[in-house]
Amino acid sequence: MQLTKEKLIELEEKANSLRHVIVDTVLNAGSGHLGGALSMIDAATLLYYHVMKIDRNDPNWADRDRFVMSKGHAGIGFVSILADIGYIAKEDLKTFNLTGSNLGIHLDANKVPGVDASTGSLGHGLSMALGMALAAKLKKQDYITYCMLGDGECNEGSIWEAAMAIAQYNATNVITLVDRNHAMIDGNTEDVMGLEPFADKWIAFGFHTETVNGHDFEAMNNAIAAALARKDKPSCIILDTVKGAGVEFAAGDYRWHYGAINDELAKTAHESLDRYHQKRLAEMKGA
Amino acid sequence: MGITYTSLDTTKLSTAEIYAKVLCDLAEDDERIVAITADLAKSTKIGAFHERFPERFYNVGIAEQNMFGIAAGMAKCGLIPFTATFAIFNSCRGLDQVHTDICYQNLNVKMLGTHAGTSFGQAGTTHHSTEDIAIMRSMANLTVIVPADGTETANVVKAAIEHEGPMYIRINRGFDQVVYDSMDYDFQIGKAVTLNEGSDLTIIACGSAVFSALQAAREIEAQSGIKARVLDMHTIKPIDADALRKAVHDTRRIITAEDHNVIGGLGGAVAEVIAESGMACAFKRLGLQDKFSPIGYHEDLMSHHGIDTNGIINAVEELLKMDFEEDEDWEDEV
Repeated sequence: MQLTKEKLIELEEKANSLRHVIVDTVLNAGSGHLGGALSMIDAATLLYYHVMKIDRNDPNWADRDRFVMSKGHAGIGFVSILADIGYIAKEDLKTFNLTGSNLGIHLDANKVPGVDASTGSLGHGLSMALGMALAAKLKKQDYITYCMLGDGECNEGSIWEAAMAIAQYNATNVITLVDRNHAMIDGNTEDVMGLEPFADKWIAFGFHTETVNGHDFEAMNNAIAAALARKDKPSCIILDTVKGAGVEFAAGDYRWHYGAINDELAKTAHESLDRYHQKRLAEMKGA
Repeated sequence: MGITYTSLDTTKLSTAEIYAKVLCDLAEDDERIVAITADLAKSTKIGAFHERFPERFYNVGIAEQNMFGIAAGMAKCGLIPFTATFAIFNSCRGLDQVHTDICYQNLNVKMLGTHAGTSFGQAGTTHHSTEDIAIMRSMANLTVIVPADGTETANVVKAAIEHEGPMYIRINRGFDQVVYDSMDYDFQIGKAVTLNEGSDLTIIACGSAVFSALQAAREIEAQSGIKARVLDMHTIKPIDADALRKAVHDTRRIITAEDHNVIGGLGGAVAEVIAESGMACAFKRLGLQDKFSPIGYHEDLMSHHGIDTNGIINAVEELLKMDFEEDEDWEDEV
């Protein structure tokens, strides 16, 4: 699972193209969850292009690793991966949010191939991921279920019901990832409903917990490898991220949880993403 | 499969015990079946499943939302989860997960809601479940079943395995009065059972009110020769609209009886079909009259809410007094 420098650069190239697709999709849709899509896209890129065992020709392969996007509003980011893999047609992205489209803000598992669970109401995904993991244990299948939570979503009590149960069943075959982008609709998480000490909470619930930079492929990859190796307790990886990462006018600003962009803003966003990408590439090549 | 339960069993086993036994019998041959509860293994009797199949039993603690989410995830991976909790927690506490994870995704999860209606009357309103039929039948994709007694519950569990898709099964705490002597009658999801033939009026009931309705029909006939048709409307959704239209046409007087608020439950479901049938009829819904129930024993509360035998007889007498204008086209309207 080691990342070579070539693979690292390949992942960044992929993430870069997906970031641009996200901006285009938000533009076509008229508006969208730009911030939370860009904060998690690096982690999702790592999962789908390096970590997860999937069949590019069969989204329903019985032994595939599962992915539950519990922060369902990041569907506009997730869908860029599904289109890139080929589970849905790239042209379909242009219909996102439009009347009659199969693609809406919160992706419908019964309509969108490659989506393992319909989400949108927050606090649901981790329980479903646990159900998938318990099914794997019972059926003696070795797939792993990855669940992407939002940090604001962790205000929901049901997340902690699921966390308690994951520890109780020692479900090491579900890996919890939290996109800790520090912001929610109404403000910064610590202003609206404080989560800190966040890692301590997961530790107290019985999780092997690691906080890593959610835009650093290598750090995330190492954390996932360590999580997969743990059999004594389940794992939670807190991804320290920037909401709207890569788009200067949105980065770190909670108001870009959801927003509308026009052609001019989209152009600015694309230019910003190019600079962001070049900077990251230079760092990787220099490393 | 040789699963047979009779009224001999239902005098010894509570309705929930029958449910759990049948589920265990079926799980013997079907490894997809798993059971989940939220610290109500004993109360819902699903604990019997734990004794037989400990590796396929999950107790998630007092966490109904988590239970329904886990069940959805399991169903996504090919298992058939049977959840068990009180009806009130199924329809209220865990509803967001029931709605989104199970019904919206159209997953093969069977939900058992026990202690329904006022059957846990002593426990008070927090444990009464008098809105669940209304809530659950408004969930798209969901089949809603309210069996009349333990024997019918056995038929429901068998049918649930053969039925693909989410289902809510609503039963009472403890023992139900015996309506069926054996499982050997024509039980089909979505088809009402005619327990008594009659053409003067029709009493449509579900759950514990079925026994009251049948008793009421027998007493009325003995006293005055009035023949009441009695329908066990065990399936609230999809409701047997054909049986309802036929009842309106044949008897023109309809009473519904349920241990539930009259708003949105069986009475509401029947009213919808009748209103859209284009046929007028005299109509009365019995149940809780948009009130929370007082505390008490189930049989006392049934009486308080007018859904015991006497309450139904009184309603029949009222309804029979209602006059109709001549309608020459009546025969053409079906």
